[in-house]
Amino acid sequence: MKAVIAALAAVLSLGAAPAPSPGSAPVALKTLLARAPAQTLGEYHLFTDDGAQHPNAGVTPYALNTPLFSDYAEKQRFLYLPPGTKARFRPTGALDLPVGATLIKTFAYPADFRRPGEKVRMLETRLLIHRRSGWVAQTYVWNAEQTEARLKRAGTRIDVSFVDAKGQDRQIDYRVPNTNQCKECHSLSGRIAPIGVKARNLNGDFAYAEGRENQLAHWTRTGMLTGAPAPDKSPRTARWDDPSEPLDARGRAYLDGNCGHCHNPHGMASNTGLFLDLEEARAVKIGVGKRPVAAGKGSGDLEVDLVPGHPDASIIAYRMASTDPGVMMPELGRSVVHDEGLALVRDYIARMQKPYGRIDICNAARGYRSQSPSSRPQRSGEPGPRGFLQCGHPWVPARPYGRPG
Amino acid sequence: MKTLLIATAACALVAGAAEAKTLTVTPGGDAQEKLQTALLDAKPGDTVSIAAGRYELTDGLSLDIAGVTVKGAGPDVTILSFKGQKSSGEGFLVTSNKVTVRDLSVEDTKGDGIKSKGVDQISFVNLRVSWSGGPKETNGAYGVYPVSSTNVLIDKVVVNGASDAGIYVGQSKNIIVKNSRAEFNVAGIEIENSMNADVFDNVATHNAGGILVFDLPNLPQMGGHSTRIFRNKVVQNDTKNFAKKGAIVGDVPTGTGVMLMANRNVHVFENEIDQNQTAAVMLVSYTQKYDDLTYNPLPRDIVVRDNKIGKNGWSPQFPGGDVIAKAVGGTLPPVIWDGVNNYTRKGATTPEVVRVRLLDGPVANLHFSAPGNVFSAKPETMPKIDDGAVAEPKPVVLPKAQAAL
Repeated sequence: MKAVIAALAAVLSLGAAPAPSPGSAPVALKTLLARAPAQTLGEYHLFTDDGAQHPNAGVTPYALNTPLFSDYAEKQRFLYLPPGTKARFRPTGALDLPVGATLIKTFAYPADFRRPGEKVRMLETRLLIHRRSGWVAQTYVWNAEQTEARLKRAGTRIDVSFVDAKGQDRQIDYRVPNTNQCKECHSLSGRIAPIGVKARNLNGDFAYAEGRENQLAHWTRTGMLTGAPAPDKSPRTARWDDPSEPLDARGRAYLDGNCGHCHNPHGMASNTGLFLDLEEARAVKIGVGKRPVAAGKGSGDLEVDLVPGHPDASIIAYRMASTDPGVMMPELGRSVVHDEGLALVRDYIARMQKPYGRIDICNAARGYRSQSPSSRPQRSGEPGPRGFLQCGHPWVPARPYGRPG
Repeated sequence: MKTLLIATAACALVAGAAEAKTLTVTPGGDAQEKLQTALLDAKPGDTVSIAAGRYELTDGLSLDIAGVTVKGAGPDVTILSFKGQKSSGEGFLVTSNKVTVRDLSVEDTKGDGIKSKGVDQISFVNLRVSWSGGPKETNGAYGVYPVSSTNVLIDKVVVNGASDAGIYVGQSKNIIVKNSRAEFNVAGIEIENSMNADVFDNVATHNAGGILVFDLPNLPQMGGHSTRIFRNKVVQNDTKNFAKKGAIVGDVPTGTGVMLMANRNVHVFENEIDQNQTAAVMLVSYTQKYDDLTYNPLPRDIVVRDNKIGKNGWSPQFPGGDVIAKAVGGTLPPVIWDGVNNYTRKGATTPEVVRVRLLDGPVANLHFSAPGNVFSAKPETMPKIDDGAVAEPKPVVLPKAQAAL
């Protein structure tokens, strides 16, 4: 109830007019909160230009340390916070975002990945809008001229071709999800929820116009975020593609970002008992010695999800290497194999060390080169059942939202 | 405030019911978009009516609105074909409560046929799910697949060719499977990690195994119990097991009528069980390694009575089966129990109580010293094994609306 009142208060405080950027209308919060979604992305005024490259006032770009692989699409991410509202820090799970908050993600391909800023083709922009009744997902598909994105609820397919980072021509049969499929990943106990905006996955630098800065620090400094400890005392998801970070932290980060949104006790794949979010610390739950339950042919004649030292014997690696819809994992969001991600996970499995599953995100936080190297995060408390360690903070339960029923 | 909310909710419900409408989808055009749009547009109480015809689909369909009926014109005339499916782990996914799917066919899905996850009151009525190439290991895993659901009705469903179980109910509660037919699947009907199931008036034929009741470790819902298997025809299950290794049903010997594994309070009665080369009824322990203190790997409180048992067990297809058969005179008795009756959970002081009441003799007690220890077998044939009465579970009662379907 308290939360409802707080949310209502947050909405009511919106009466105070936001300061519009010169020459353009402010973000159309009413349209965001309306029952029916707008037919075009432009109606929300989240950007000041038709091509969605210039965020409006209140819209901030961000990046994740380890994102979901989506058929090599580049993703531009933005967070809109209504005037006078803030995100609240949570040590686990997504940040607590106020009603009206909107997550914006544009999927795009450059013609040639060796020249990433040039000839970029936007395919779709997905919104996750925090309405009073909960989060809703919508996706808008861009026209060929790249001047307008229109609401697409039932999903569609788009042919994409590009030259990849190695100079190879690639073709992708790109799938825009239907709005239910948004929820298949963005689901916690059956309700739509953000995935990416976890403090630990935001705990990294971003190249702002005014210079590089840690995102948690920047958001705190600019009044977008409250309650966050200093970055080196906050949990942190490793960067999957940074070879200077520990292999186990990178492997777990990749599995967290690509599998953990379904494979957690409250996600779509809760019934599998395979939990790949970073908060999980029980070896069998991350797949070590675990037999599949509903994999069917997805087992690929292998008997166990993860065999330390043996990627070829591990169902996880087998399913990541497949493009058969009845075998491949993740089930949605990719049609080609993520070669680099697969190589990492295979390497992680090949070189896994005991105790399996015990990945401590404080270690990952230490990996972050903070401004003050003397302030080292400290362990406190023992791991709980799900093994989550706080860095320099008292022990908190891994799951703030608790188990249902 | 609470009263107001409830009043509002009540109004919404009444209004929804009063305005219930039918959204009709016809063949032709973009079937994917038309069908999915109807599944997104439906409101609680509505029916999505799919006219007779063949619908070629490229991606999974999904429904996330409570109280919707999805109805075809009959399984022979309304056909959803997933032959060209490029994504999604199943053909049709339901994630909302009080949903009925009826009178249609689902063909050639790359993964599972129709799945419900976390649904209360899911009904599958008069459906056919099949793979047109016959039994193949490349077929999808499950035909009809309710999981983590409550109040499950499966009535007049035909499943053909699933590479795991044709009708599979997992981690669910309060289940009725009746008047259905499962053939040419690895497992015909499987009830796994579930509580209170009535399985009756079904036909399971030409599968590797006819009807299975299992409990597996390391899953969110364990301790499956209280299942009644009665008045089914479990005959001529003679399709060679074509599951991939790793899937638990891969371990089901070809020609098994009814198999009960690691489950409690299962009553098998008044079935016709004939022409199954391994056994009519097998009671076995879970034999794999597991890391789960709460799990009990033994079948217990099992009653097998009053079945009409024909010729079974003439060529048992499990390792060591031929040797055991020879030891008891060439043909295995119709009812086989691995005989493991001593199990103490880690940390417990007294062993679990194992009672069986196997009256359809002769019965073979293999006297395994431990789960799966074929080499320790000391087969003993006896007219019956009777540890005394085991109270039969009460008939499963579904909510009125479902019972009336």
